[in-house]
Amino acid sequence: MPYLGSEDMVKELRRALSNPNVQSDQLRYRNTILKVIRAMSQGVDVSGLFSEIVKACATVDIVQKKLVYVFLCSYAALNPELSLLVINTLRKDCQDPNPMVRSLALRNMTNLRLSSLVEYVEQPLTAGLRDRAACVRRVAVLGWAKLHNLQPNSEIDATVVNELYSLLRDPDPVVMVNCLRALEEILKEEGGVAINKPIAHHLLNRLKECDVWGQCEVLRILERYRPQSDDELFDILSLLDTSLVSQHPPVMAATLSLFLSLCSALPAVSLSALERVRAPLLAACGSTSRELRFTALCHIQLLLRSVPGLMGAHYKRFFCGYAEPAYIKQRKMQVLVELVNDENVAMLLDELKGYCTDVNTDTAQAAISAIGRIGRSYSDQCLQILTGLLGLKQEHITSAVVQTMRDLVWVCPQCSDTVCLALEGCEENLQDTQGRQALLWLLGVYGERISSAPYVLEVFIDGVRSETSLEVKMELLTATLRLFLCRPAETQDMLGRLLHYCIEEETDMCVRDQALLYYHLLHCGIEETRKVLQGRRSDPSLGVLIGRPVEPISQWAHSFNTLEPLRQGTVTTDSSNKGSPEHVTSDPKPNSDLSDDLKPCQIETVQTASDSASLCTEYSTDALSSSAVAPLSLSLSPALSPEEFERLWLQRQSLHAEQGGEEKEDGDYLCTEECVQCPTIPHCSPQNLQAALQLVNIQTLAFTPPHTLPWRVYLYTHTHSSCSASKPPSTLILGELLYTGEPKEDCSKMVMEGSHEQLTTEGEEAAVDRLRGRESARQQSQTEDVKVTLKQQPRDDKALKGFLSVLTTVLHTLSTETT
Amino acid sequence: MISQIFILSSKGDHLIYKDFRGEAGSDVVSIFYEKVMTLTGDQPPVVMVTHKDLQFIHVRQGGLYWVATTTADSSPFTIIEFLNRLAALVKDYCGSLSEKMVQMNFALIYELLDEVVDYGYIQTTSSDVLKNFIQTEAVSSRPFSLFDISNVGLFGAETQQSIVAPSSAATRPIQSSREQGGKSEIFVDVIERMTIVIGSNGMLMKADVEGEITVKCYMPNCTGNGIFWVVFLSSGYGAAVRVDECSFHQAVRLDEFDSHRILRLCPSQGEQTVMQYQLSDDLPSAPPFRLFPTIERDSGGRLLMYLKLRCDLPPKSCLLLKCVMYVTPVASVFSLSQELSSPDQSAELKPQSRAVVWKVPRFTGGTQLSALFKLDVPGLSSASMQEVGPVGLSFELPKYTATGLQIRFLRLSPVQPGPSQRWVRYVTHSDSYTIRI
Repeated sequence: MPYLGSEDMVKELRRALSNPNVQSDQLRYRNTILKVIRAMSQGVDVSGLFSEIVKACATVDIVQKKLVYVFLCSYAALNPELSLLVINTLRKDCQDPNPMVRSLALRNMTNLRLSSLVEYVEQPLTAGLRDRAACVRRVAVLGWAKLHNLQPNSEIDATVVNELYSLLRDPDPVVMVNCLRALEEILKEEGGVAINKPIAHHLLNRLKECDVWGQCEVLRILERYRPQSDDELFDILSLLDTSLVSQHPPVMAATLSLFLSLCSALPAVSLSALERVRAPLLAACGSTSRELRFTALCHIQLLLRSVPGLMGAHYKRFFCGYAEPAYIKQRKMQVLVELVNDENVAMLLDELKGYCTDVNTDTAQAAISAIGRIGRSYSDQCLQILTGLLGLKQEHITSAVVQTMRDLVWVCPQCSDTVCLALEGCEENLQDTQGRQALLWLLGVYGERISSAPYVLEVFIDGVRSETSLEVKMELLTATLRLFLCRPAETQDMLGRLLHYCIEEETDMCVRDQALLYYHLLHCGIEETRKVLQGRRSDPSLGVLIGRPVEPISQWAHSFNTLEPLRQGTVTTDSSNKGSPEHVTSDPKPNSDLSDDLKPCQIETVQTASDSASLCTEYSTDALSSSAVAPLSLSLSPALSPEEFERLWLQRQSLHAEQGGEEKEDGDYLCTEECVQCPTIPHCSPQNLQAALQLVNIQTLAFTPPHTLPWRVYLYTHTHSSCSASKPPSTLILGELLYTGEPKEDCSKMVMEGSHEQLTTEGEEAAVDRLRGRESARQQSQTEDVKVTLKQQPRDDKALKGFLSVLTTVLHTLSTETT
Repeated sequence: MISQIFILSSKGDHLIYKDFRGEAGSDVVSIFYEKVMTLTGDQPPVVMVTHKDLQFIHVRQGGLYWVATTTADSSPFTIIEFLNRLAALVKDYCGSLSEKMVQMNFALIYELLDEVVDYGYIQTTSSDVLKNFIQTEAVSSRPFSLFDISNVGLFGAETQQSIVAPSSAATRPIQSSREQGGKSEIFVDVIERMTIVIGSNGMLMKADVEGEITVKCYMPNCTGNGIFWVVFLSSGYGAAVRVDECSFHQAVRLDEFDSHRILRLCPSQGEQTVMQYQLSDDLPSAPPFRLFPTIERDSGGRLLMYLKLRCDLPPKSCLLLKCVMYVTPVASVFSLSQELSSPDQSAELKPQSRAVVWKVPRFTGGTQLSALFKLDVPGLSSASMQEVGPVGLSFELPKYTATGLQIRFLRLSPVQPGPSQRWVRYVTHSDSYTIRI
């Protein structure tokens, strides 16, 4: 910020600088220049003093020289002509016997950033590369990079490049690293410095000589190198093993990054590398620097995406200290949610409960929604805590609890009884939009079980005139209508009033349109309305799929050790998800399902829009990927939402039931059953199974937890075959794995169904309803078998067989692994 | 790769600005400050700029913002570690870290930056290398302080205090050793940070100690050939110190570490961390403080909190203590009246954080403190009575290590010419000491 009267100040300084008395007294001269620099760094424009300062350049006092250079480098671009005057002094300094003076001159010569000076700079730079002092060579090497960037279009000087490559063998490690950096910049067009085997090995051998920063740079550049054989690869890995557990977080992170890129084809090695970095990462989490702590936490979140159990035993390290800043606390809670298991759940909830009353409201809300996330697996304990929090009658806490309950009920409908009980009377403490919205949603959906629901709604309706929030009004409309469907006597009057107000007086178009829609809908009859409004109450993915799928390491390896994980909102595990519950776990859904679309949860609209956007990209990538297919290839896209899956599955099921489960076949729809012998499969962890199936592009949608009976898994995939024109290009396969565990049970039904519509557009998907037939087969089987029921559409026997063999292989492999 | 580095005061004054690559103008400084100010609460260390492809990374040290602009693909670990290291270097060279110090020594800091980073690439941060290049002398403002003469007793006799170095002794610029007539000193700090959570039933729920040994060396002619040894043992003879994990500075030689617990080291000028260690869950000694709270509601609807705090340390030690208690963090507190066990203590109510802060200037080991707080809390419900607490203690325990680690000898070899002084200091800080009620 410029000071008042900065012009006077510049004048004053100019007078002092040109005063011969000052000039002759070295100390006074230096102090005056000091004042100039001080003014400069405070933001005063002192560029007018350029010519005076240039004169001050010719001095033997190194401190003064340095000060002058600081000035010159800042203002050279404004005075290219005057800068020419400096160049002579600088060139003379380059001959100075003192290496420090030489390096100083050389560095600042290149820092002036004037393309007009390039011709004068080249000669001293060339000489600098062969200087006997390492500090001059360091500067000279980087100088070439600066020079290149000054004139980006000029041709690359091959002799310089060769010289730089040869300087990689320089005895000074910093010169070596600088050479890498300079070559990287100069050869940017060609993809950076070329790393062949001798260079890679040379760099690896000299890694120990470099300091932390040099090591990081070398490790980063080595990521480009691909070892030629496995032996070489493992030699490199064992050489790097000590850096992996380095006490310097930068080195550790760079080494892990290199490990992951080298071992992208060896998941087992990558996993053991992740195990190795656990200790240093945890140490970084406890660092004194909170910024470093935060960075480490963000990267731990990345690691947990692939190895959820990595930090399980160390969950106490993620407990928050009371003086920690909110952003660290919130990240820690996100990590804690991932680490929950049967042993630590009590401890963890107790700890989280303590954070719910944090003074910082954001932290408190994050803690509450973290408890809600844990509630998906341990609903009883969590609901107890949440209900207890409602007793505090604090606005922000009540709001967060109600939102969390809404999200929880959506995933675990079995909690609804407790939630309904808890909701009584909490409306008094709700002030904010999101909290009230959540309450209204719950009242609408579970209105028949909450005795006071009509009265609560009445209060809202009476106050609708003063309501400012659009979202609340729309939610209110829906909730009232829903409640009307189940408790018409109590609600009819207020619904009328609300509709009247919204249609006649409301100025907002969205609210009005929705009210009109409901009005007309009611005209169509109560059954019609019910069909439209009474959508799902819970996440249809069976509610048991709690853990996120384990991602392969390659999903995040590229962003490890970059700024990406640190950015807000990029983390998918965000426990403070404020969105609609409907979409917490669901995939992008095709909007063919009418009832789903009309389900008037306004909070959903935004999400749906983004969903369809992502759906488009899915389609396009699908098109890309399917253009290069083998005879049978599986793919996950277009993604199938759990709702859609359920619908398709049940359609088949009902038809199947009608026809008594006998074999029947119709042209385009196929249902088949098979038994696979893999006794241990039901005991392996859902994560393993999911990861394994994902490797072959089969998406699992829902699981029962391991060791429960009957054990089920639902999955789907798309097959693509490009080879023949006669066959449908792509089919959709839905599957169920069932293990009843009952002995002597005929547990192998096989149903095959098919229909000849092609699943390319949504309209046709809707037409799937007109399916015609199926086939089913019965076989006797042994107890240990897992029954596989597959439904394919349209029919393509060959593809189905191929799919079945893939699936069987995966199951057998997993089975042998678990035993 | 770093594009620019700048240092801002907490009020947003530009203290230092250096552009290494000329990719963006100096207007980013103001953009950064605006962005930081608009963030609520504490700021995560990465802020993104939208209009250009530059990212800000900042750390806060000494009340200042240390900011680097960089590209998205650079390593956050490297940049943050570098900014911390830069702050440490500035601290080494200037003596201490504050806005005033940075303002006074800006020429020195520019010089430092010039040597440390070239064209956005970190060259070296080793103070051994840098000391050959840095020419500017640090300006330090050490105001005349009574503390300096307090070491001299009546009639110039040495008091007992003189065997203890003043705590400010280690906060001086490393360069000044040059003209101070080669007075060589070495400071070894064993600093431990304790994280403890004690449950409402008095059970120890979590205990973590993170410790480090730092060496600060002011040797005029210590150019790497001076070796000094550290031998450390536990407090009880023979009994080994147990640590869960430890790591050493790369310059430490560990030949005799396994047999005799000897660290050999050639220290460089300035401060460096020789060893870091940590211990989880299983502490050799009981946690130093216990709290016995009684909380009830009196007839007038006031909240009564009777707290007894006991210190289980050996009787001689005394310490500074600040006890922060979050009273009913969910309800607003109206007023506070207190009865404390001694007059030099104080307590005040912080309405914003809904906490009572109880300050105890001196607390001798083996004794007990008590306090009675009466709080007016409007609308106090029995549910919010349950939410009283937790109590957080922040303290500094001198001459105490939670792990029991102690330094037995500190030997310099070869023997330095002239007198050399060796100082060893043990401190345990509370990182977070929480007692639930």
